[in-house]
Amino acid sequence: MNEQVHPASASAQALLTVRDLRTWFTLRKWGFLHAGTVHAVDGVSFDLARGEAVAIVGESGCGKSTLVRTLLGLDRPTEGEIVIEGESLGTMDAAALRRLRATVGYVQQDPYGALPPFMSISKILAEPLRIHGVSDRRERDRRIRAALEEVGLTPPDEFLEKFPHMLSGGQQQRVVIARALILEPALIVADEPVSMLDASVSVGILRLLRRIQHERALTLVFITHDLSTVRHFANRVFVMYAGRFVETGAVDDLLDTPQHPYTQALLAAIADPDPDNAGRERPVPGGEPPSLVRPPPGCRFHPRCPQVMAGLCDREEPPAFEPRRGQTSWCWLHR
Amino acid sequence: MAEPLLVVEDLSLHYRTEAGILRALDSVSFELGRGEAVVLLGESGCGKSSLAKALLRLLPRNVAHHSGRVLLDGTDIMALSDERFRRDIRWNRISIVMQAAMNALNPVVKVGEQVAEPLLVHAGWKRAAAAEKAAQALARVGVAADFMDRYPFELSGGMRQRVVLAMALITEPALVILDEPTSALDLLTQAGIMNVLKRIKWETGTSFILITHDVGTSSELVDHVALMYAGQIVETSPARDFFREPAHPYGRALMASVPRLHDRADPVHIEGNPPNLLDPPEGCRFAARCAQRFAPCDREPPFARLAGGRRALCWLFDEGGRE
Ligand SMILES: Nc1ncnc2c1ncn2[C@@H]1O[C@H](COP(=O)(O)OP(=O)(O)OP(=O)(O)O)[C@@H](O)[C@H]1O
Ligand SMILES: Nc1ncnc2c1ncn2[C@@H]1O[C@H](COP(=O)(O)OP(=O)(O)OP(=O)(O)O)[C@@H](O)[C@H]1O
Ligand SMILES: [Mg+2]
Ligand SMILES: [Mg+2]
Repeated sequence: MNEQVHPASASAQALLTVRDLRTWFTLRKWGFLHAGTVHAVDGVSFDLARGEAVAIVGESGCGKSTLVRTLLGLDRPTEGEIVIEGESLGTMDAAALRRLRATVGYVQQDPYGALPPFMSISKILAEPLRIHGVSDRRERDRRIRAALEEVGLTPPDEFLEKFPHMLSGGQQQRVVIARALILEPALIVADEPVSMLDASVSVGILRLLRRIQHERALTLVFITHDLSTVRHFANRVFVMYAGRFVETGAVDDLLDTPQHPYTQALLAAIADPDPDNAGRERPVPGGEPPSLVRPPPGCRFHPRCPQVMAGLCDREEPPAFEPRRGQTSWCWLHR
Repeated sequence: MAEPLLVVEDLSLHYRTEAGILRALDSVSFELGRGEAVVLLGESGCGKSSLAKALLRLLPRNVAHHSGRVLLDGTDIMALSDERFRRDIRWNRISIVMQAAMNALNPVVKVGEQVAEPLLVHAGWKRAAAAEKAAQALARVGVAADFMDRYPFELSGGMRQRVVLAMALITEPALVILDEPTSALDLLTQAGIMNVLKRIKWETGTSFILITHDVGTSSELVDHVALMYAGQIVETSPARDFFREPAHPYGRALMASVPRLHDRADPVHIEGNPPNLLDPPEGCRFAARCAQRFAPCDREPPFARLAGGRRALCWLFDEGGRE
């Protein structure tokens, strides 16, 4: 099956369709001199079906947050197309964008900075309702209590009048999730929802997200550094490197038979608790992720790739291949 | 048996806070052999960093109580004057990589000078010799010599963490304490740094106290596990035994909560929260969340000795505790 494919051919029932998306940032010196362009997202295409859970993984700075921020209309795309529920983001006016934000719940990176410190939990949760026109106080109150119950902050009365600093990190993150859920969105985007939390707390949060996703048939996109959790909380995985996807696939396939050398390196770097780890070195590709201002030619992973083919990988951009059914890998090895 | 490098006995550390006395460490005891590594495992706030700071006497002003014995090579370093501790112990015999230290590098001092600093300040070295030693220390952690003249902001997070590590190693201390040395870093960077630590342990016989809440990462380095819960050590075991099956019920719950790459079974979340250290419960501190709780747990548990040199602070292993 070593054929070249066009990734993500458009499908009718997709909740979200993204085509050749690029989000670049211009770096300026002294506020006006052009000093370079950060190719944070640089040619990404995919579809999201209703009700699926997708994990985006990749190293720090590879463009994960920029990708989801662009989907939310928070960063402006430089090029490409985003279609949500049949409507193109590019042609939306301000009112449509506001409606979009109500259909997408956003759990931003950094839970500790996410909640305003001087607002009580009830005020924090009331705000999105007020902004989106739920003017009846009793209705707001009912929905706030329901949201707190849904995220396991019970009884709600114990939390309503508290301020964020009175809650543990895990409880704060539950409030952030409650706020993302309160407008009953069709899509939830969670940017590293558990990276600052203890393992046992983060398992609780991820299970909560999964339960809500199942119960409400939500679509969930979550960004994570932690590949060992994705099997439990995602159906599909997108692996990103330097602004691009390098591999996508169903979670079990991607974790059990990774195709791209970068995915293989990531998986080989994971330490499951095993005392034998202490007695052996791990294979780690040398070097560091490349500059997004001047990304390397050809395959962006080629300077670090243990299987690099000189004359090809350092010159030609690899297209999408489907080395196994349902698993797409952008690597010349599959040619 | 050879004398251990480090013996910690009944170490306690309490902080004064507006809400009362916070018991960050209560009667903590453990040992560490020469050339061995131990990990302090436990959830956020259980006292791991406090233990590291108490060992090195890097204490905040609001300490209400600090007591216990810390023997390094048989000498009680708790009994030393501050002056002698600073001159002979800190940096020279025991050094530390503090939590988030890579963000605390001095932004206006070149990397090479910062790495050499412990030699200049704490060991009275001459500049040229210290610079040469700094280059060696950086090479050892995988940083090329041309980074010596750069400033911290020019380095990636992974590189800065290696620099901090070189600083801790440059005086060739017998013991290095690592407080979350990889927690903010990417997977590949993390694996690279753990490789460096392993190599240093094998080649130089340096002992390590590793602090992390990442159980998987800890297994990259350690020979022993000291499990902490709410200011106490509740289990000490050889790593091999602990990772196979922890003795303490908290250890078992913690291991069950760790997701594993090739495991299809769901990780299990530990219900409830740890107790308030301002007013810890009498009896076992884990009892409120423990699946195996029984009548004796209302009383303070013994630190029971188990086979294979393991110990657990739990009534389950005490003959007298069973009804
Ligand atoms: N507003 C901006 N202006 C300029 N550069 C930006 C901006 N936002 C992000 N970048 C750059 O774009 C690149 C991608 O950043 P992004 O935050 O998307 O990465 P990430 O994959 O989410 O990283 P992390 O895992 O650390 O959160 C980085 O080089 C970052 O510095
Ligand atoms: N200077 C201080 N004054 C008062 N309380 C403190 C002080 N430093 C720490 N604490 C408290 O002591 C307890 C133990 O803190 P410590 O930093 O040792 O935990 P930790 O196990 O290192 O946590 P983490 O995994 O989050 O780093 C916590 O309840 C903390 O809030
Ligand atoms: Mg990000
Ligand atoms: Mg700490």
